[in-house]
Amino acid sequence: MPLVDHVGVDQIYGPFVLLKGASDVGFGELAQIRMKNGDHRLGQVVLNGEDATLVQVFSGTSDLVPETTAVRFLGRPLEMKLSPALIGRVFSGLGEPRDDCGPVYSAYSRDVNGSPLNPMARVYPRNFIQTGISAIDVLATLIRGQKLPIFSGNGLPHNRLAVQIANQSQLVGEENFAVVFAGIGVKRDDAAYFMEELFEKGRTKNMVVFLNLADDPVIERIATPRFALTVGEYLAFELNMHVLVIMTDITNYCEALREVGVAKGEVPSRKGYPGYLYSDLASLYERAGVLKGIQGSLTQIPILTMPNDDITHPIPDLTGFITEGQIVLSRELDSRGIYPPIDVLASLSRLMKDGIGKGYTREDHPDLASQLYASYSRVQDVRALASVIGEDELSQIDISYMDFGKSFENTFIKQSYDEDRDISESLDIGWKLLKMLPRNELTRISKEEADARLK
Amino acid sequence: MEKQGIIIMTNGPVVKARGIREFAMHEMVYVGEMRLMGEIIRIDEDEATIQVYEDTQGLKAGEPVFGRGEPLSIALGPGLLGNIFDGVGRPLGALYEKGGIFIPRGIKVPEIDTEKTWELEPEVKVGDIATSGTVIATIKETPLVSHKVMVPPGLEGEFTFVLPKGTFKADVTVAKVRDSRGQEIEIPMVQRWPVRVPRPCRQHLAPKEPLITGQRVIDGFFPIAKGGVAAIPGGFGTGKTVTQHQLAKWSEATVVVYIGCGERGNEMTDVLEEFPELEDPRSGRPLMERTILVANTSNMPVAAREASIYTGITMAEYYRDMGYDVAVMADSTSRWAEALREISGRMEEIPAEEGFPAYLPSRLAEFYERAGRVVTLNGDMGSVTIIGAVSPPGGDFTEPVTRHTKRFVRCFWALDKSLANARHFPAINWVDSYSEYVGEVEDWFSLNVDTGWSELRKRAKDLLAEDERIQQVVRLVGEDVLPDSERLIAFTSYLIKNGYLQQGAFGPDSFSPPSKGFAILSLIMHFYDRASALIRQGVPFSLLRGGDAVANLAHLKELSSEELEAQLPKIREKLDAFMEKTGSERLAARGR
Repeated sequence: MPLVDHVGVDQIYGPFVLLKGASDVGFGELAQIRMKNGDHRLGQVVLNGEDATLVQVFSGTSDLVPETTAVRFLGRPLEMKLSPALIGRVFSGLGEPRDDCGPVYSAYSRDVNGSPLNPMARVYPRNFIQTGISAIDVLATLIRGQKLPIFSGNGLPHNRLAVQIANQSQLVGEENFAVVFAGIGVKRDDAAYFMEELFEKGRTKNMVVFLNLADDPVIERIATPRFALTVGEYLAFELNMHVLVIMTDITNYCEALREVGVAKGEVPSRKGYPGYLYSDLASLYERAGVLKGIQGSLTQIPILTMPNDDITHPIPDLTGFITEGQIVLSRELDSRGIYPPIDVLASLSRLMKDGIGKGYTREDHPDLASQLYASYSRVQDVRALASVIGEDELSQIDISYMDFGKSFENTFIKQSYDEDRDISESLDIGWKLLKMLPRNELTRISKEEADARLK
Repeated sequence: MEKQGIIIMTNGPVVKARGIREFAMHEMVYVGEMRLMGEIIRIDEDEATIQVYEDTQGLKAGEPVFGRGEPLSIALGPGLLGNIFDGVGRPLGALYEKGGIFIPRGIKVPEIDTEKTWELEPEVKVGDIATSGTVIATIKETPLVSHKVMVPPGLEGEFTFVLPKGTFKADVTVAKVRDSRGQEIEIPMVQRWPVRVPRPCRQHLAPKEPLITGQRVIDGFFPIAKGGVAAIPGGFGTGKTVTQHQLAKWSEATVVVYIGCGERGNEMTDVLEEFPELEDPRSGRPLMERTILVANTSNMPVAAREASIYTGITMAEYYRDMGYDVAVMADSTSRWAEALREISGRMEEIPAEEGFPAYLPSRLAEFYERAGRVVTLNGDMGSVTIIGAVSPPGGDFTEPVTRHTKRFVRCFWALDKSLANARHFPAINWVDSYSEYVGEVEDWFSLNVDTGWSELRKRAKDLLAEDERIQQVVRLVGEDVLPDSERLIAFTSYLIKNGYLQQGAFGPDSFSPPSKGFAILSLIMHFYDRASALIRQGVPFSLLRGGDAVANLAHLKELSSEELEAQLPKIREKLDAFMEKTGSERLAARGR
């Protein structure tokens, strides 16, 4: 069927154009908005009625003239062309080449919205990924196929941490490892940093980049992570690669959703974010995993900056309910010069329980992790007490907790930017620290283990 | 000819159609050429609003809508157990075989496997009276559960045909009944039931027996009754799902229905992989043989999430009607409430609190009221217990879903972030939680565990409450200033928290029968009694906490219940000997 141009639109507001009289238009269909001078922009049908069709224009509605603007419905959803030649390329937030290497030619393409994975097709992720970072490896273990976000704040070194994870992950070095990077509303500097650290200095050449810069159209941001994940799924589940998808910054993505939702006149829910924020975020985060009969895997590290460092803000809150744990960065540790400033008490990896211990990392790992948490958690209570009555008044046991806390932060959490610790090394540091505490305080460790490790 | 309407508008999961005057409210429909599943949720003159259970991308105005002639219904029959279904009752295994790793749209598979054969054992003969719920035949569905094929509710008469003993596929007619008007009605092995309508029973009974969960903090402190309702609220990372999994694994129910409503895909995979490996502590059979999973993961269409709760509870009621105790775990009801909110928003309804529709509380009530201990239509006894997880945003228990849920449940297990941070699991806070069933199940515990059960529970809870007050003082001025009697309370509470309330999710301690919990707690309280007597006589507290026999109290839980039972007299003896020795030495020293 030939594509028809519908000339003239009836309403233009926010990122939307509304036109009447278009028939045979599918919900979610891609549209081309053509201007008189021959330029065109992409849009998507967000509401289609019998007599009116609402199209959301990705690059905004500035300069559109109602009389002469033509809309052409393309009869297909937003798609990404897929081929192994994608590797090494840089695209815009809408999947158009951003480097000078020309378009991707392929007869194969997929709808960027993806489809829900059948839980029957999944394999429960159990393969430990060594990141070389003690706080993560021991206390919030990353598992292949997991979605583990970094909850950060403005000005904290989350980008650095993400790069370190990507470069040190022991996936690296395997030929079939790839990184897909989605920059959602990122600053030009951040984008350059990632490109340089991962592409040029990094250990992988298998990289695909999608960049929606901070000054690019806001609406495009809604599509950017979907393009990245579509490519990620293709590499993982069709080319059998181990793929790490880094998405930053999810907060910008949610802001874009809110902007569009409000412009559409939707009933807002918490803090003005749309009521479907949870479902929408889930449609991104759930696109990770390991599947039956497929070699590859898709691991996600979304990065989000918590507005005002508030972990109960809807964005981190809803993310935490969907993702399999979180790595939380602490401003307090950062200000004390501790890198990576990982708040181990608030951080968590839900898949850790089945991916550590005998046969995965080391048999003493689970109990050690539990004990370190418990002891460090006690440190916080003691510190609170010390700030009231002063350190001098503390009991002997409490003083040993204070010392333990300090050493824990300075030798266990703290490590340098290029320090790649082996898991055994990290675990041994943990045991060494526990020796600072009286034996009867260590209730999470069995007697045999304590005898063997705490000599 | 099928009834037919046409689509006039699509807005995400909500579609409007015209020409539907012949359609019923809440009728199930097929939407568009792809025949996506949907349900009519509002009728306005000639227009209907339809919520669609599959992704609506590509739907065009003008496409047809077909009526199914029945409300949203699921098939009930043998083959439910051990299986996993999506929110509208489609078996995910069959979808995977037919559709591959992604769930394609518009896919149709039989809800109950009609190829599999069953050994049928008739229980009635021709000429017998048939009433609602009469058991026609039994089928060994799994080694753990025998399935009863029943006369559907509302049908009475006389059997004119009964399928003889033999092996059959699920699509057979098991009996025919001539009703009072002389009509002969066929009863199929697989029967359909509309999910939003509670299945009838003869009578609701008051709860009396506890549902043993194998979790000490629940059975010992905040017990739930068979037929009761409980809520587990907690922010993310507080262990809601692990607690729900524990309950699904170890609860003393014949059948467990686990509804994963808007949760993570990997969690369902975890259950699918783990349950077939785990043994039921009572029968030694794989747990999967008594479990039904309903999975609508967070990335599946939102309207099906709304339906999944009803699909699960209907399956539960079906097994209740066979005379079984059924436990339903709904994880999480907040996602279901959010699905309501999302659909309501798309329909442009006026929102009440935080964007939730004003009918949220009544929907919650309707759901929780489907629990209960009942006399079934055939005079048997069965129960449905509902345990609903709630995910309050930001862990704030004052938000609408938690608040309204509290109105309809009688058991509240509040998960606590700070306990979770200290890796104290299950992170059920002993101050904020409550159970209204304590009075009703007390008799059972005195009869089956120990006559001192309620007294012991009360003393331990009082001690923890006292400790709460003491800890406030400690936070301000440190432990050193406390008098010995209070330090003993703090220490005993520490033992209760670490040695009794805390329980591993894996290993031998993951199922703890009530007798084990009682033994541990009574030893700890025994220590407290002896120690406070000694302190009153002037023995310093610091001497009492030192011994191995005392420190060991925090580790008793690591023993299996059999080991503990065998060693109990010896442990008690050692503890007594230590207390005796410390006391007499000290007193002798003072006397000198």
